[in-house]
Amino acid sequence: MTVTAVVLLGAFHGLNPAMGWLFAVARGLQERSRDRLLQSIPAIALGHLGSVALVALVVAVTGSLVTGAVLSIGGGVALVAFGLWRLLSTRHFRWVGMRLSLWQLAGWSFLMSSAHGAGLMLLPVLTGLHVEGGHAGHAMSGGLGVAALHTLAMFLVAGAVALIVYEIAGLSVLRRAWFNVDRMWAVALVAAGIITLLQA
Amino acid sequence: MTLWTPDPTFYPSPRDAAQAPPEKLAYVAAFDRAAQRPDALAVIDTDPDSPGYGTVAGWTDLPNTGDELHHFGWNACSSALCPNAPHPHVERRYLVVPGLRSSRIHIYDTKDRVSPELVKVVEPETLAHRAGYSRPHTVHCGPEGLYVSALGGANGHDGPGGIAVLDHNTFEVTGQWELDRGPQYLAYDFWWHINHDVLVSSEWGTPSMIEDGIVGELLLGRKYGHKLHFWDLRKRTHVQEVDLGDQHQMPLELRPAHDPTRLYGFVGVAVSVEDLSASVWLWFHEDGGWQVRKVISIPAEPADAAGLPPLLQPFGAVPPLVTDIALSVDDQRLYVSCWGTGEIKQYDVSDPYRPVELGSLRIGGIVGEIPHPAEPVLPLRGGPQMVEVSRDGRRVYLTNSLYGAWDDQFYPDGVGAWMAKIDADAFAFDTRFFPHGEDFRGLRPHQVRLQGGDASSDSYCFP
Repeated sequence: MTVTAVVLLGAFHGLNPAMGWLFAVARGLQERSRDRLLQSIPAIALGHLGSVALVALVVAVTGSLVTGAVLSIGGGVALVAFGLWRLLSTRHFRWVGMRLSLWQLAGWSFLMSSAHGAGLMLLPVLTGLHVEGGHAGHAMSGGLGVAALHTLAMFLVAGAVALIVYEIAGLSVLRRAWFNVDRMWAVALVAAGIITLLQA
Repeated sequence: MTLWTPDPTFYPSPRDAAQAPPEKLAYVAAFDRAAQRPDALAVIDTDPDSPGYGTVAGWTDLPNTGDELHHFGWNACSSALCPNAPHPHVERRYLVVPGLRSSRIHIYDTKDRVSPELVKVVEPETLAHRAGYSRPHTVHCGPEGLYVSALGGANGHDGPGGIAVLDHNTFEVTGQWELDRGPQYLAYDFWWHINHDVLVSSEWGTPSMIEDGIVGELLLGRKYGHKLHFWDLRKRTHVQEVDLGDQHQMPLELRPAHDPTRLYGFVGVAVSVEDLSASVWLWFHEDGGWQVRKVISIPAEPADAAGLPPLLQPFGAVPPLVTDIALSVDDQRLYVSCWGTGEIKQYDVSDPYRPVELGSLRIGGIVGEIPHPAEPVLPLRGGPQMVEVSRDGRRVYLTNSLYGAWDDQFYPDGVGAWMAKIDADAFAFDTRFFPHGEDFRGLRPHQVRLQGGDASSDSYCFP
């Protein structure tokens, strides 16, 4: 169940055009080079991993200091608040610049994932590792494992979507199919917060 | 405010945008030279199947007088699809309408109504205080918000002009764009090569150089602008200035290639002080730097001094005065307005280094006063000035006023007011479309913006 949730959330993040596959496609199209697209995906995944792993580490460290219940309540409340803010705010991530090195692209991905609370969405799973009464060290390695598995799923889905759009579907599909993921995303954050609270 | 699917007027690439449906409305900035009554946004019906085709369908007076509307733009455009900061679920809905003389910036809502409705005014004091600028001009929707160029300085300074940034949700002025302006002092138009993080700006003059009319000594002294500036869009710093030569006075409208993989663009130059000719230049990136090359030259036309305004009598010739140019979204056609001689030219620019003239139409003009075919006995003053091309490249719209004080010098008997439409394929005037005279209620029409976007409103991140 947990593994499924982690993988599905990774796929969800990978599908979101804002999380990076669209940037990879743009980089490929700009140079008319599929190689450039393929090089971009790992850099984007690396930034995403950094963002998610950071949350996993914070949860693990906090979890070693407070009880599982406090962790779940604190995390859950924070998550619901963040989700509601994402839902109600009209502000969006801003970034100037299209010509990025691969390292800069990884940095962009880290900031983009963090601004969207990508790691926070995994809170129910991460706090669950503590609630189940694990040893702090296990929680740490478990958390990083969750981040890695999540990012692997994200990487595979984002890479597949980028390739399909670049090679077959074309970008016109964006005009119809680019569902407002941000709004769904905000709802998912609130839901994850509630699940976390229920664990407490 | 946020949508579930992207705003249907956003297109990932210029190729997609060229498939856009025809516009049904055109918004026209119109101003009262006497500053006695409010300027206005006139809305023209551009749907050939509508009974009101070619007539004024909507009209919104501004709240004050003396604004001198000139250029304006949309709150959001296709750059919202850019992958570095995508926000495609905002709406193209608000027109950002600066008063070039008053320095007020107006925000108008166009959604679900024909006549736009005022929702906000940014006062000149706010623009001066937050950005240090006055005389706002060109508006482009971009990565950091709305970019608005301004001709003048503020707080007692004539210059430098530059670019102010507005928040694209609240329309509040967030500050001055430039972090390092280098040698740049004069400002006018700007646009960018968005995928290369390059911004380009052009030069006209400061408020004291233009607001009371063109100053002969300044022009013959080659003091108006004659350079292009290239900037790092990301770092907000000046990178390179390119001088066209100081005889080439006033490089004005900038039209970079819409294809984001291409690094070239066109700029029109109003007049050469050597022979009164006008020209169009190509800028391009080569050998590690920006370069320019004159690709079109349009000579002055000799004329009997008796028929000329006092300003031109010593020269015995009519300067073409290229005051606006437009590049089709597919980067294949360039339209060049000759406001002095009353001519609009169409070029094939598929090879941008070698434009080929395909056609020319005459209307108005200082000497010719050529009528529109819809009213063959009505002499027209003013000439083709602002030129805008529909996204599909099939329709071209013209208006006839340049700038209040300058209209009066070149057309001292009154510039009049008219708008025309050209079928781009046949390259002929549409005889069903000719709003003119009292249709504009005594105001002079300037820039045209087409509903849903046009050839100078959107930038694209995908080729």
